[in-house]
Amino acid sequence: MASRAGQVRPALGAVAIAAALGGVTLGTAFAVALQAGSFALSPADWAALRFTILQAALSSALSCALAVPVARALARRRFVGRGLLVTLMGAPFLLPVIVAVLGVLAVFGRSGLFNDLLALLGLPRLSIYGLHGVVLAHVFLNLPLATRMILQGWQAIPAERFRLAQSLSMGPGAVLRHLELPMLRATLPGAAVAVFVICLTSFAVALTLGGGPGATTVELAIYQALRFDFDPARAAALSALQFGLCAGAVALGWRALQAPGFGAGLGRRLAIPAPGGWRRAADALVIVLAAGFLLVPLGAVLWRGLWGLSDLPPGLGAALARSVSVALASTLLTTSAALVLALAVAARGSRLIEVAAMLPLAASALVLGTGLFLILRPWVRAEDVALPVTILVNATLSLPFVYRLILPQAQAMQADFGRLADSLSLTGTARLRWLVLPRLSRPLGFGAGIAAALSMGDLGVITLFAGESGATLPLYVHRLMGAYRMDAAAAAALILVAVSFALFALFDLWGRRAAS
Amino acid sequence: MLHLDHLLLTEPGFALSADLTVPKGARVAVIGPSGAGKSTLLNAIAGFMAPTAGRILWQGADLTALPPGDRPLTILFQDQNLFPHLTVAQNLGLGLSPRLRLSADQHKAIDRALDRVGLATLGPRLPSQLSGGQQGRAALARALLRARPMLLLDEPFAALGPALKADMLDLVSEVAAETEATVLMVTHDPTDAKRFADQTILVADGMARPPQDTAELFQNPSQALKDYLGS
Repeated sequence: MASRAGQVRPALGAVAIAAALGGVTLGTAFAVALQAGSFALSPADWAALRFTILQAALSSALSCALAVPVARALARRRFVGRGLLVTLMGAPFLLPVIVAVLGVLAVFGRSGLFNDLLALLGLPRLSIYGLHGVVLAHVFLNLPLATRMILQGWQAIPAERFRLAQSLSMGPGAVLRHLELPMLRATLPGAAVAVFVICLTSFAVALTLGGGPGATTVELAIYQALRFDFDPARAAALSALQFGLCAGAVALGWRALQAPGFGAGLGRRLAIPAPGGWRRAADALVIVLAAGFLLVPLGAVLWRGLWGLSDLPPGLGAALARSVSVALASTLLTTSAALVLALAVAARGSRLIEVAAMLPLAASALVLGTGLFLILRPWVRAEDVALPVTILVNATLSLPFVYRLILPQAQAMQADFGRLADSLSLTGTARLRWLVLPRLSRPLGFGAGIAAALSMGDLGVITLFAGESGATLPLYVHRLMGAYRMDAAAAAALILVAVSFALFALFDLWGRRAAS
Repeated sequence: MLHLDHLLLTEPGFALSADLTVPKGARVAVIGPSGAGKSTLLNAIAGFMAPTAGRILWQGADLTALPPGDRPLTILFQDQNLFPHLTVAQNLGLGLSPRLRLSADQHKAIDRALDRVGLATLGPRLPSQLSGGQQGRAALARALLRARPMLLLDEPFAALGPALKADMLDLVSEVAAETEATVLMVTHDPTDAKRFADQTILVADGMARPPQDTAELFQNPSQALKDYLGS
């Protein structure tokens, strides 16, 4: 009653958006469950399930295990370029997966740098395809995310504790036992669950580096069932399986997932003791290896792309235009929806709306895509709705990230200025213009940048819906790779990366400038 | 006349009842131990908290269901009385039009109000460029512009030094006189009450007592007031 006027509209809007989110995520799940009926999964489908869990578990374990020494080295060493390296650690989250795959191929592929080195040493060349390739690409993509999450944990240890440890003459072993292990016990589960859930829904990596009976994820199996076998019932059954898998993982890891994996505050100076001797050399080695592991593949694909720029294949411009429009539309959709939800939760704390905002974490691109395909099939041809469906799915999947970014600031705004705004009858668009946008422009810009980059680089549902001529840029890159036109693929990938990061930077810059 | 009609305010582990009237144009201090519910009482009158039972009436009209901005009052909080991202003049303008669509006359009125509180040239500044006392003056200038029949003060000057606070209370008196406002002021400082308020509401033991003459109240303190004053 207290805040009756002005609060009614955003709350109604929030309920409508929450209902729409529930409709898209649960509605598609319901549609696939209906279609799946009593369809019996084949041994190949169960193999896909086993492979999905195995690769996700391996990717998560390896990413986290490697992230610990990297985060520790970054936490306690100061060197030129450290800030840049930490910033770059945030980049793979926004990197189009297809570009990461190209980078991994450029180094570890059949004619990549790593295999050239093996050949020089007289060793046999290794194949990148299969389980180890999928895991390698996932570690490449998620090691930085895990590192940043754990680094935040390290920097959250109060400086006083380290000073206390020093005053008690604790050695590195004692510091590890009394300060660092407890922190890792608190941080690692969150990082592990986040990487595990991301890898469960991995599609583009499995599509390019996996495949075949031994290395097919459920997500990829859905695609093959729908696209190659034209078997909607099997696709639906696999989708139901995938939905159950993701929902189960998210439910089990719900608490661990509450902390957003990226954020500010990584530049804080802290007096973490930096032991000398061999530990100093080990830290240096770890940092060089990690930076090399992340930068060499990217550098290789970008370098190769530069040479291909002079001979761009036809159709690239159209694919780029499609991708940019999809990215902008889904960014607008997801940012405004996340803002309405965050404002409603900040104003009155509705548990139901909070759950609705996190619901897409349990969804995956191909499950949503299959559901929408089944629902829309009687009425329209798939390629006619490829872009709207991609916009909707991208907006849905990036909503939890944007929402989690906006929410803390929305809550602070409500606590600080909610009553003042109410007392001045600041409602509706006036409240949006004079209070919400000025106060929240920074997280809104950052969130919109993330949504735009994620959507720009997405290679998921578009593969289900696009016809021959309707490809977005990531799909276009994938098709060039499929045709073994690797120079052209690298050039297109270079443009894809440049535009993705430009969109991110533009939105982020807008937010920062509007805030100051 | 403000009438709190069998008002009951509850929060988990907290209850406050009030059944009292405040005459129009009175200046009333609200005192009592911290946590007794002084701010809660003002929040309820201002519309930020719905009462569990009872009604809030102003001149016979029931305010209980009105949203905060529609109530015949201006409230000054302990802090955050100005939006930090808007200029001082814009902050004042919001008191006249929530959409900030201001006529030439309204712009002049803002200038006059700023001049009145001694901030004549500071309209284009951001609140962060003002001192604490100046921020209080700007908030009072907005109260002057809004000219609502009631002015509620929730210790807005608690962070100021004694001399500055005395200045601000004088300014509140002048603003109240010019707008003929009824003033309710929360304070934990008996000297504020004696200096500013002809009547005082004591909030203690889960009850807001009807206003009494301030001088009389402090001369013959009740047991609850003695406990609070520690005398």
